[in-house]
Amino acid sequence: MTTSIANPHIAQSTGNHTISVYVTNKPGVLARIAQVFARRGYNIESLVVSPAMDGQFSRMTIGLSGNPEGMEQIIKQTSKLIDVLRCVDHTDEDAVTKELALVKIGAGAGQRAEVLQIGEHFGCKTVDLTDTSMILQCTGNSEKIDALIGMLGKFRIIELVRTGKVLMARGDGLT
Amino acid sequence: MSTTTTESKQKRASSNAPTPGLEVKGPAVSKQMLDGAQALVKGLEREGVEYIWGLSGGAAIPIFDAIVTTGTKIKLVLVRHEQGATHIADGYARVTGRPGVVLVTSGPGATNTVTGILTAHMDSVPMVVLTGQTISPMLGKDAFQEADVFGITMPVVKHSYLVKKTNDIPRIVKEAFHISNTGRPGPVLIDIPKDISSAPCTAELDPPMDLPGYNPVIPVDKARVMAIAEALRKAKRPVLLAGHGVLISRAWDSLRRLAETLQAPVTTTLLGKGAFPENHPLSLGMLGMHGTAYANKAMVECDLVMSIGSRYDDRIIGQAPKFCKDAVRIHIDIDAAEINKMIRVHHWCVGDAGEILDELTQHVQRLDTNDWLNHLNGYKKKFPLKYKKYGGLKMQYILDELDKLTGCNAIISTDVGQHQMWSAQFNKTTRPDGWLSSGGAGTMGYGFPAAIGAQFAKPKDQVWAVVGDGGFQMTMCELATAALHKLPVKVLVLNNHYLGMVRQWQELFFDNRESGVNLEGNPDFAKLAECYPGAKGFTLKRGADIRKILKRAMDYNDGPSVINAEVEKADNVYPMIPAGRAIEDMILEAPKYKMEKPTGST
Repeated sequence: MTTSIANPHIAQSTGNHTISVYVTNKPGVLARIAQVFARRGYNIESLVVSPAMDGQFSRMTIGLSGNPEGMEQIIKQTSKLIDVLRCVDHTDEDAVTKELALVKIGAGAGQRAEVLQIGEHFGCKTVDLTDTSMILQCTGNSEKIDALIGMLGKFRIIELVRTGKVLMARGDGLT
Repeated sequence: MSTTTTESKQKRASSNAPTPGLEVKGPAVSKQMLDGAQALVKGLEREGVEYIWGLSGGAAIPIFDAIVTTGTKIKLVLVRHEQGATHIADGYARVTGRPGVVLVTSGPGATNTVTGILTAHMDSVPMVVLTGQTISPMLGKDAFQEADVFGITMPVVKHSYLVKKTNDIPRIVKEAFHISNTGRPGPVLIDIPKDISSAPCTAELDPPMDLPGYNPVIPVDKARVMAIAEALRKAKRPVLLAGHGVLISRAWDSLRRLAETLQAPVTTTLLGKGAFPENHPLSLGMLGMHGTAYANKAMVECDLVMSIGSRYDDRIIGQAPKFCKDAVRIHIDIDAAEINKMIRVHHWCVGDAGEILDELTQHVQRLDTNDWLNHLNGYKKKFPLKYKKYGGLKMQYILDELDKLTGCNAIISTDVGQHQMWSAQFNKTTRPDGWLSSGGAGTMGYGFPAAIGAQFAKPKDQVWAVVGDGGFQMTMCELATAALHKLPVKVLVLNNHYLGMVRQWQELFFDNRESGVNLEGNPDFAKLAECYPGAKGFTLKRGADIRKILKRAMDYNDGPSVINAEVEKADNVYPMIPAGRAIEDMILEAPKYKMEKPTGST
């Protein structure tokens, strides 16, 4: 009989969450936020911190996995921190989410053409090319990057670096 | 956003007369002459600080020096251990509603405050802790007496600062006090490297605050209040549950008006004692693990529960899914993060307890609660708090007599354990500042120093520290502080030579296997007290002497008194709801069968 209480700041979908936190650019902010998540047993999957348009503030985009039941608490406790101005849980519907990946592939002359073909399909740029290797740069949502990596699986992937997700609210919404 | 608060605060500050020291020198000159430490002291003066409790050390010397060189009227009280300083500041803060200020040095001086900071954090007590720190070029290099106090205390503070620029000091001090005592109060720590406190401060001494992410002023959401009023109108068996938030908001009169208007019974949490007079006919006393049977039975049978400034914590709700499961559950709290944290509620309102209660009272009338109140009065008669006066000397007997002798008008500060629960049961709290106890943290060693803080705040009031022999030995070095300042704190050591609450658990749940609970080797606390000049010691061994000895302590007001009460060794606190069990599982007396191990932590 308990009424379910919907919080507009909480994405209703379960599973992985992407949270955007707008904070004052002061020492210790990241540690305080990380502590809220760690104490509740949440694992930070990805984390991007960069200066906001107003250099006094920073933007953090945090990819999380953990119990969706507790997300409401996490958002409230993060919002409560003195240095946090805003903490919003976004879904794919209300925000544009992108990440960037660099993939270094061991590919000599024999394999290069096929790798480039796959890269072209995914809109990748070739940002480094040697006799034995190449680096592809791919941007897009996480599923697209996962698909690219899947396709490249038959080659020798030497290294893979992903930036983690960044997002921006669609339309007039505030990130 | 916070600009409104900043402006109003500025207006208030600028309307005040300038601080005495500055008036003489003129602002321009004084700016040049001040160093960081002196600017810090000026900031404390501006905030109206009366006392600093502290213990000096190398990295804090410039600040201790500034207390002398500024000629400030703030009184520095040298304690004997930094934990004591924090609990004294805590007791002062709870009684006055103003932040207590602690000043300690770096490294171990600072880490010794952690327990006191946690205690304040868990119980939402305003406190500002100033810690010296090694010079900034040495930070992170394992310098002598360096500790990452900013990092160590991060989980237990409301906010904290590591000062990097001397000119930031005036703003940081102002922000620290603002954060500490607005919204849901809490401790704020300022870590000040020695080179920063020693360098010249040229900043404006009353600068604007810079807190864009902090907005503690929450206007009352009238629609939510109306929804609560509507739910109340339908209630036949309502209970109001008052917590510490009522006291912090100074909303005791508002609560009383609402309860009397509705004719609804009121129970309080351990920290809510004093929010509603416990001698009022509508009072059910304290609820929870060792609360009164009638308060807990009321929770089981009510059709509406409304918490005001409590966080529905695990001592109160027992088993979350079973707590008031068929009742309408309402939560009023200033901290949005408390809503739906422990239990899901049907209605809630975030904001100041007093403002919300006053708004709510306008929209409700007397409820038809006669049957309900009669029913609960029946429980009061059937299941009173009781004890046997004969046989061994009972803690309950002493506390009951203390309650009668003081006319429930003393300030009682307790430690943690069996004596705390019995004191909560038998010492009826009728004044809002009459009860100090470490609820959330359950800090042994809290009671005596907190009583010292209360006595500093209210020199003329009778302050009792009700402590056990275990907890008292953790902070009893502050007898020196109390004796030196001739504070007439009365320490009632309920000495059962045991860590009694743990022993009770071992008896009930662990086949009476005692482990780590026997306090053999206790000193004679009465004799010990007499070692401190100006302190008095008394020994109490027989029920017949209770009044006589308590009165002697009451009559001695030139320093602290310590009563060593040799009480029954192995008594148990009832009623009891085993941890993790539902309120329905409350036991009223010693069980006749072996109980299951509790699933809750403690």
